[in-house]
Amino acid sequence: MTQQEYLEHFGVSESIIKEVIAEGLSKGGDYCDVYFQHTISNVIGLEDKQVNKAYSDIDFGVGIRVLKGDQTGYSFSEEVSIEAMKSAALTAANIADSEQVAEPVEFKSSDLPNYYPIKTSWNEVSIKDKMPYLQKLNDLVFAKDERMVKCNIWFIDETSKVLFANSEGTLTCDYLPMCQLSVSCIAEQNGQKEQNGYNLSGRRGIEFFTENTLVHMANEAVERTVRLFDAVKPKAGEMPVVLAAGSSGILLHEAIGHGMEADFNRKEVSVFSDKIGKKVAADFVTIVDDGTNPNIRGSINVDDEGNPTQCTYLVENGIMKSYLHDKISARHYGVEPTGNGRRESFRHIPMPRMRNTYMLPGPHKKEDIIKSVEYGIYAESFTNGQVMIGAGDFTFYVKSGYLIENGELTKPIKDVNIIGNGPQVLQDIVMVADDLEISEGGWTCGKNGQGVPVSQGLPTVKVSKITVGGVNS
Amino acid sequence: MTNKERKELAEWVVVYAKQCGASEVTTSISHSRSVELEVREKKIETIKESTEMGLSLNIYYNNRYSGHTTNNLYKDDLKSFISEAVEATKYLAADEFRKLPNPSLYPESLDRDLKIYDKNYDLVTPDERIRIAKEIEEIALGQSDNIISVSSGYADSISEVVRVHSNGFVGEKQSTSFWAGAEATVRDMDARPEGYFWGGSRYFSKLPSVEELGKAAVKSALDKVGQSKIASGKYDMLVENKNVPRLLSILFGAMTARALQQKSSFLDGQLNQQIASNKLSVKDNPFLLEGFGSRLYDGEGLASKERTVIENGVLKQFFIDNYYGAKLGMTPNSGSRSNVEFELGDKDQAEIIKGIQKGILVTGFNGGNSNSTTGDYSFGITGFFIENGILVKPINEMNISGNAMDLWQRLVEVGNDPYKYSSVYSPCMLFEGIDFSGM
Repeated sequence: MTQQEYLEHFGVSESIIKEVIAEGLSKGGDYCDVYFQHTISNVIGLEDKQVNKAYSDIDFGVGIRVLKGDQTGYSFSEEVSIEAMKSAALTAANIADSEQVAEPVEFKSSDLPNYYPIKTSWNEVSIKDKMPYLQKLNDLVFAKDERMVKCNIWFIDETSKVLFANSEGTLTCDYLPMCQLSVSCIAEQNGQKEQNGYNLSGRRGIEFFTENTLVHMANEAVERTVRLFDAVKPKAGEMPVVLAAGSSGILLHEAIGHGMEADFNRKEVSVFSDKIGKKVAADFVTIVDDGTNPNIRGSINVDDEGNPTQCTYLVENGIMKSYLHDKISARHYGVEPTGNGRRESFRHIPMPRMRNTYMLPGPHKKEDIIKSVEYGIYAESFTNGQVMIGAGDFTFYVKSGYLIENGELTKPIKDVNIIGNGPQVLQDIVMVADDLEISEGGWTCGKNGQGVPVSQGLPTVKVSKITVGGVNS
Repeated sequence: MTNKERKELAEWVVVYAKQCGASEVTTSISHSRSVELEVREKKIETIKESTEMGLSLNIYYNNRYSGHTTNNLYKDDLKSFISEAVEATKYLAADEFRKLPNPSLYPESLDRDLKIYDKNYDLVTPDERIRIAKEIEEIALGQSDNIISVSSGYADSISEVVRVHSNGFVGEKQSTSFWAGAEATVRDMDARPEGYFWGGSRYFSKLPSVEELGKAAVKSALDKVGQSKIASGKYDMLVENKNVPRLLSILFGAMTARALQQKSSFLDGQLNQQIASNKLSVKDNPFLLEGFGSRLYDGEGLASKERTVIENGVLKQFFIDNYYGAKLGMTPNSGSRSNVEFELGDKDQAEIIKGIQKGILVTGFNGGNSNSTTGDYSFGITGFFIENGILVKPINEMNISGNAMDLWQRLVEVGNDPYKYSSVYSPCMLFEGIDFSGM
């Protein structure tokens, strides 16, 4: 779509947007932006071997933000009539109270990169087209293992059109596709039931879900479930933890990513508030937050404040390099924005958020890392994590993995929480392998009541000690 | 749009969907307004005002089912939205259990006033909202010289929802809520521990005092100064009242009809069995005046009823919704909880602490999760180490782990201090011999 087509889609023109921005600045605000969004989401579900439920959602509106220094006024309208938008702009304008009124400048549109090329728009894929994928995946799961008793599958697709403009003359348009296929299995053996699952997500089209992809998903879901019949709980306490390549990047998201979001540092409430330029990890540790990975869930062509996306180095060769900035924090620190100003929807105020956070490959080998552990755990799949920004204490929940005994993976483990301290765990990363994988799971990051899609990645990593939830002898 | 206009629109939606071919239809139309503000360093950091509308539509077409939502309520646009919804439903597999609730399960009367709507909502002025947040910040800042940052806040909302079903149900609900509180961060060597406290009410005039909110937020942060982990082991665990819902949710997640039918409940087969110690008695009370979970009917139009859920540790009822109830052959009684109340003990938290020789007071959970299929759980915690009836030192970076069937049998004492600012009015609870992992 061209810029003109986006304007027509939202029923506005450049002059109407300028009028709304002028209203937003009318009380003395020094900056105003408008964020138009139209999102169509579809979900279909399979349960008890039938595709028997479907849901859809249409969301349409415009958010208007006015800044006065570090202060924010925000309002939104679900109508895009000039009257409704000016009324919302006036509400947001009230954050300021000054005679000095800034003038909006002429818009300059810029060509954006496309980090999420897809072949077929989700608007062109009907419910009838999607149903066979669920049925096929279900059949593969039940054919794989006779202990399967239940299989739930969800297929979600979402298409967002976004038009953004601000009082500094930025005007951007973006088309954001998203999809997710999730399978959850329950298996039963001698009266014991176990549940696990697998999902794939990304800014992709339906062409991503090939026959091979469905076979891979069924195999992963079934194997991860039936393995739990033999699972044990590790000993309680501190021990070496080896994080498998891939979604273990949740460690970075919780242990360092949130603490590097600049709004927490502007308020001096992060445990990393005074760490820029300091040595925080071994030389072979480099951690980035990247918005440019093709078709990955956390990638963005432009952030929700009109800033170009980029690959931002949080830690480079063990030295802390940069926070993740939104507009307010970049102005506060006098640096260029890093393209991390994101929001859940037009109803929400943007703030610094992660995109795809991962560690670059290191010098070690996976086999050597596992061999180096006498007793510990190998953490493979995860459900959720959390962090206390100021104390630095983070946790993440290991759904499945293995015990490591005398340098070898032995019994499976399940359902253990891991808790550590961000700055400490960075220092305790003692080995990093050369096998980086970026997760293609359906990760969503929550902060201040807003959820945004993200991803994460990690090579195989050894942390010399973290506290593992387990049993005491 | 007035509530009367919303009701007329909802009735039109039902008629139009049936004209498009739907066998049965339910719809609800909501309208809400809200204000949120944050104050920091004596000035407004953010202020957000919003007005939202939404329409939810459930289509039943010859036992096929789909659900749809939109925030575009223009009739012309709704026509295509509804006709497309009906067409999409036709593709799905027929499911004999997809049907509307039996009308006998709908409420006989909607006259009862649950006191969840403050008709003076519109009289709350912008200045009053700002004053409350600023006063909380001022009180919080006065609590300690060790404070790095305080962010105080205020939020309120008013919501009106109409619901219409094609088999006769028509309901309207109005509600308000008012919340205020603060987050505080304090200095502690290299760390900057944070704490928070928010309280709320259905009525503006009954908001907790700014003193209570400001002091509690800073206390929650100061309680963490000097925290560290202690040795792994089995300890008695006293869980502060506001944190009990996290443990209760392990049980409640496994008590739904969906979990039973989908074989993902560790409580399958446990009806009328002892699933907890006899200290645990839990009631679901939808009619609690001014309650945060109070309601006359649930999201499917099912009439609310007071329910005994667990009595002296014995599981008395599951939460049965319309669809999974039909699949299981069980009579629906509402698939979700409302207000949760407990049979109380006779001591408060301070008195219970005095009786603990060696234990841990849990004042917060940090991450973790549970498994409704097996009952396994593992949570991060913060709190205090208790020795000989005294809080000895703050602790953090520790986990508790185990299985819910074992955990709830270990409940030995229930406090008399139900938490006021939640729909789960839980007292503190003491469990014996819980697995903690630390050093």
